[in-house]
Amino acid sequence: MSIKLLIPTPLRPYAGKQSVIEVNAQTVGDALNILVMKHPDLRKHLFSEDGKLRSFVNVYLNDEDIRYLSKDATPVKETDTITIVPSVAGGR
Amino acid sequence: MTLKIPVEHYNQLRKHGEAAYPHECCGVLVGELDESGGKAVKAAVQCGNTRIDSLTNRYHISPSELVRIQRGAMLAGQDIVGFYHSHPDHPARWSATDLAEAHWTGCSYVITSVENGRAVLTNSFLLLGQEEAKHFEDEPLEVIEH
Repeated sequence: MSIKLLIPTPLRPYAGKQSVIEVNAQTVGDALNILVMKHPDLRKHLFSEDGKLRSFVNVYLNDEDIRYLSKDATPVKETDTITIVPSVAGGR
Repeated sequence: MTLKIPVEHYNQLRKHGEAAYPHECCGVLVGELDESGGKAVKAAVQCGNTRIDSLTNRYHISPSELVRIQRGAMLAGQDIVGFYHSHPDHPARWSATDLAEAHWTGCSYVITSVENGRAVLTNSFLLLGQEEAKHFEDEPLEVIEH
């Protein structure tokens, strides 16, 4: 089934300048894998060398952090939206 | 590249810094990007600082807030173009922590120094480069008067 992935501003140069990409997937992990197969330059920005999501990359399925769902194995349905958001933090 | 910000949003983020003092405030700048990388701010969205263990010298915006703001911006045909935070009793320059924790390449990071509860300087820094070689550059900040 086709679901939407929202691409944040800093990753768009590696995703054909697109802000929304639709993929056919059954789980969040499938969707992310298809995304990086379509746009290989995205891989190193999303995943570390061991294949895990980089520590500062958050992935949400609708309003939920996938870390608190079933992570990569979280099933998706047609109306779902996956949002990728790098973290925002700092301080003096 | 220049970050253009209407005076009401500029004043709003500085007042946020004063209201949060002696804690750091933080928020998201929503607006429009042009082809040359210039940015026009259309809204400064105030966020909560979730670094409750170290509010006077750290900030963190909840990813769930970012998701909500990003979705709203995209529905309005806009984008997240930057972020702001305050440096209580500290210069309006990026710190090593600011750089280490910055991941939105191409976005503006606006910092306001707040001394004894009063906003003093507000500067913008543009994050450039890939994660392993990222760096900040000074970015012109143009306050638009109406």
